[in-house]
Amino acid sequence: MTANGAQAPAVRPPAIELKNIDKRFGPVHANRAISLSVPAGTIHGIVGENGAGKSTLMSILYGYYQADSGEIWVDGKLTKIDDPGDAIAAGIGMVHQHFMLVDTFTVLENVVLGVEGGLLLRAGMDKARKELKRLEREYKLEVDIDAVVGDLSVGLRQRIEILKALFRGANVLILDEPTGVLTPAEADHLFRILRVLKQEGKTAILITHKLREVMAATDNVSVMRRGEIVGSVRTADTSPPQLAEMMVGRKVLLRVERRPAKPGRTVLEVDGLAVIDGHGVERVKGVSFQVRAGEVVGIAGVAGNGQSELIETIAGMRAPSGGRILLNDREISSPKSHLSPRDLRGLRLAHIPEDRLRMGLIAPFAAHDSAILGQQGRDVYNRNLMLNQGAIVTSCADNMQRYDVRPSDPKLASINFSGGNQQKIVLAREIEVDPEMLLVGQPTRGVDIGAIEFIHRRVLELRDAGKAILLVSVELDEIMGLADRILVMNEGRVVGELKSEDADENKLGLLMAGISSKAA
Amino acid sequence: MAASRDTPAWVDLVLLPALNLAAAFVVAGLVILVLGENPVKAMGILFYGAFGYGEAVGFTLYYATSFVFAGLAVAVAFHAGLFNIGGEGQAYLGGLGAGLVCLFLGGLPPILVVPLAMVASALFGAAWAYIPGYLQARRGSHIVITTIMFNFIAAALMTHLMVNVLIKPGQQSPESREFDPGTWMPFVHELAAKFAIAVAKSPLNLSIVLAIAVSIFVWLFLWRTRWGYALRVVGHNETAAVYGGIAPAKVIIGAMALSGALAGLVGVNEIMGVQHRLILNFTGGVGYVGIAVALMGRNHPIGIALAALLFGALYQGGTELSFDMPKLTKEVVVVIQGLVILFCGAFEGMFRPQILAMLRRRRLQAAAAAGA
Amino acid sequence: MSDWLLLILTMIDATVRVATPLVLAALAGLFSERSGIVDVGLEGKMLGAAFAAAAVAYVTGSPWLGLVAAIAAATALAMVHGLACITFNGNQVVSGMALNILMAGLAPTLAFAWFSQGGQTPLLGPGRRFEPIALPFADAFAQIPVLGEIYGRITGHNILVYAAAVSVPLVAWVIYRTRFGLRLRAVGENPSAVDTAGIFVGALRYRALLCNGLLCGLAGAYLSTAHGAGFVRDMTAGKGYLALAALIFGKWKPLPTLLACLLFAFTDALQARLQGVSLPVLGQVPVQAIQALPYLLTVLLLAGFVGRAMAPRAIGIPYVKER
Repeated sequence: MTANGAQAPAVRPPAIELKNIDKRFGPVHANRAISLSVPAGTIHGIVGENGAGKSTLMSILYGYYQADSGEIWVDGKLTKIDDPGDAIAAGIGMVHQHFMLVDTFTVLENVVLGVEGGLLLRAGMDKARKELKRLEREYKLEVDIDAVVGDLSVGLRQRIEILKALFRGANVLILDEPTGVLTPAEADHLFRILRVLKQEGKTAILITHKLREVMAATDNVSVMRRGEIVGSVRTADTSPPQLAEMMVGRKVLLRVERRPAKPGRTVLEVDGLAVIDGHGVERVKGVSFQVRAGEVVGIAGVAGNGQSELIETIAGMRAPSGGRILLNDREISSPKSHLSPRDLRGLRLAHIPEDRLRMGLIAPFAAHDSAILGQQGRDVYNRNLMLNQGAIVTSCADNMQRYDVRPSDPKLASINFSGGNQQKIVLAREIEVDPEMLLVGQPTRGVDIGAIEFIHRRVLELRDAGKAILLVSVELDEIMGLADRILVMNEGRVVGELKSEDADENKLGLLMAGISSKAA
Repeated sequence: MAASRDTPAWVDLVLLPALNLAAAFVVAGLVILVLGENPVKAMGILFYGAFGYGEAVGFTLYYATSFVFAGLAVAVAFHAGLFNIGGEGQAYLGGLGAGLVCLFLGGLPPILVVPLAMVASALFGAAWAYIPGYLQARRGSHIVITTIMFNFIAAALMTHLMVNVLIKPGQQSPESREFDPGTWMPFVHELAAKFAIAVAKSPLNLSIVLAIAVSIFVWLFLWRTRWGYALRVVGHNETAAVYGGIAPAKVIIGAMALSGALAGLVGVNEIMGVQHRLILNFTGGVGYVGIAVALMGRNHPIGIALAALLFGALYQGGTELSFDMPKLTKEVVVVIQGLVILFCGAFEGMFRPQILAMLRRRRLQAAAAAGA
Repeated sequence: MSDWLLLILTMIDATVRVATPLVLAALAGLFSERSGIVDVGLEGKMLGAAFAAAAVAYVTGSPWLGLVAAIAAATALAMVHGLACITFNGNQVVSGMALNILMAGLAPTLAFAWFSQGGQTPLLGPGRRFEPIALPFADAFAQIPVLGEIYGRITGHNILVYAAAVSVPLVAWVIYRTRFGLRLRAVGENPSAVDTAGIFVGALRYRALLCNGLLCGLAGAYLSTAHGAGFVRDMTAGKGYLALAALIFGKWKPLPTLLACLLFAFTDALQARLQGVSLPVLGQVPVQAIQALPYLLTVLLLAGFVGRAMAPRAIGIPYVKER
């Protein structure tokens, strides 16, 4: 940690310089001859759609993958980075999208892992404790050193990851999609930390797909598309629409047009619902709301505040611990008994799950097999005791045409489709049975911009056709773009409700952080 | 299974298993060399002993019949995400079920008693697998451990029954009395003789037809019915199963019961087909071979049939081997079997990277040639 | 000196004898499973080690050389397991089963080929096996009535029994107090975290398997050159599986695992005493039912007490970098 911000920037060589980095995974060309220069003491954004190769590039810089060819220069020196150990030695630290922490360990144990300072733990741990205290003070990264990581919030876990990197003497900090799990306030805090780091002469590389953050936090930005860098600009000289166009390669509509809603009768009624998860933690605490035909009710909130448990309970996947749920005035769920997802499908409730690969599809199954998940018992798919293979494949092929799934090959394994196309397969399956009530979780997570437009338009069409829709999303833009009413969840409670025309990022952000304000 | 999306099917299904099998036999050859015999000669004897003459083929097929049942049992559980190591005990109990029917209902007409005994063998096997399945689904007890324990318990139970209860009065060795001939599965050579076809005498019996029928049934069940679909969904992804309205616990218990029923059918081949009485240890490790068979056969009935044939040949050829080469005991077969499981199962990925790299180079060269 | 005390002491004695290989094997499994590698192959490794120990002890006349051979054999097998699980990303349960089957065949085959005694090694005479050793002051204590009787049971075991006793605190110390232990616990929970911390996942797991081989070697040598006097076929008789069950029942922690081993061993000692004894209420219980007692107990314990055990999170999953 010798870098000093007072030095004249012109004298310092770029903190990181990548020259002609090329990487293939089997048939996939993830990075194509990428060259990139990151000046020392700056915050550099890298934006691009899912699968553009951002994370691969940064993983190469961190030594997690090895490039097939190309050079990495750190502080003006050609540096060989074959594994993360080399990267750490070269002063590079990384905060991964999925945190690299051992949940059963304490914060201290996690931080010293790999740099224990001796064969026995005790001496090194005592020294590390002091050093951590110092770092905490210097960078305002307070966290309880002896807490078990599994018990901490995601925001705190991210702090530990940053501490880990600083403890290892990182001069360059790579952050991969760091704000996906943070409230706007937490994200702002993170950016403040980055600015402190910058003042100390450190360099940060921020990978994100959120253009707003790039504009707010970075000095320069590079845009990636299909494994290539298609442009690097000073942040001050660009704008979100321009960046979006560079990312996608054509002009995009960032928001779908929407007519006013015409809500009808109440379809779904949730009344004082409480849910306890498998670890005995109460995740939903007395939530009540209604969804009417012809309206989209959005649930905003930072991931992990009970939205998943709420939607899964409505879908019949979990039993509530309190309250009840009514569908068309019929009780479908209470602590005493609840209908199964199969029963609920029979009552025309459809569910687009928030995590395609964990729930919506079976990764190695052919697309046509994933396309009957939950509907394998339907008459059209069965003939006597057997599945009607012909009908299944035909129906899948039809839907692929209609939803523009590419490649439109029902026999291809589900995992081999891109995120957007996987989502369309799920969407088609759930919508084509003509549901009355639709539960939609994170419909555009990991989906490319083109498919986002398509999905948003479909959701609004369904609303206009008189369906009742409950939408859960952590993306505020999506919630504001689609929902007629917005409920905000924080720590298992609905902390506020806004009409969409009254909602703005500020109000939502405050509510998401748990700061109640009287909504106008 | 590590079915990679980059690998062409023929590489996954033919080339790699063949390479692994070859490697297993190379190492087996080395072991035979260490034991002081000529490996090439030994392999020759092995092959001749398995396929060289009619009787040998009969024996090979007879062994393969049991291995098909045991292999299908492992495969069905595997598709539900379960490792059923208890095939041995389930087969043992299956034999008991068949045996009890043959002993106590032997007086009934064959048309009644034979199907009844088959059903009993399946039911007893299913019951023995049901308990570990239930414990896994409802109590989270590790199925690998519980099924192994149930093998030991089955052995103790059978010893008790044979020594103290079912033993033929006035006899020293723990065997039941011979069943009524009406309960026997007909031998293939006897059946053929009725049609004036000469088939060498061997223990091969009509159970092989049952094995083929059951193989087809398993294929249809797993890939062409909604229950098989549900079973495979649970095996791949329990959360997705819940989402799809499938109750994983029920599927797990059902899959184990089916798996145990399949293993239990080993009893039909051994007890009704060959022994015609209850004896100790008639399974002789068939449950464990089933694991290897299922693995080699990629948990698919066709693959399982081929793998069962391979192991049947190993058993029969190996027995011949220990006759001809005095330095080799019958345990040499177990060694080869262990090596085959090791190389075809655990070392499955050994040659994959090299083969894939080679294929890719070829493809690039071909592309370059086409471009030039 | 009451009969009851004598009975209890005899039982403890028998328990210790049976527990020794279980403890050593379970701790061996602990290293492997804590690093994220399922170890169903304890049985085979013990069997291989038992054969190696007996064969070398017989040929060289030294149980110590036999012990070295046992460790070498078990370690070699552990490395084969490592090759399958770490290098080739193979199925870990299958690899373990393969080792068990391979050894069940290979040990008697080699014994037959080398010693021509029907698949076992010749009986090991005095000097070729580990003899009981007297702890200090054994004679002095022997004079004291009750205490002497108790100390008489503590002293007079062979070196491997004491090795097993010492290994429990030693393993606990390694796991919880050393750098290696920290990394070992981490790699079984989240190998990606270890990798990104600049530590080689594969090398770490191989080192865990080296410890595994060492302890399996001790366990095998105990069976054939300390407890027994030579190798006989199937002499492990399911002890590897019981050790694995004890490890799971002990929640992958050294001390609880020791207690689980002692419980199994006690059941075993009990069944030896119960054979042929007429119990109140039950009357004479069949021998086989008593012999099945440890296995029944395992199932009951797994079903009743452990429930969904908190296994190391990454166990059984080959470490392949995500993309």
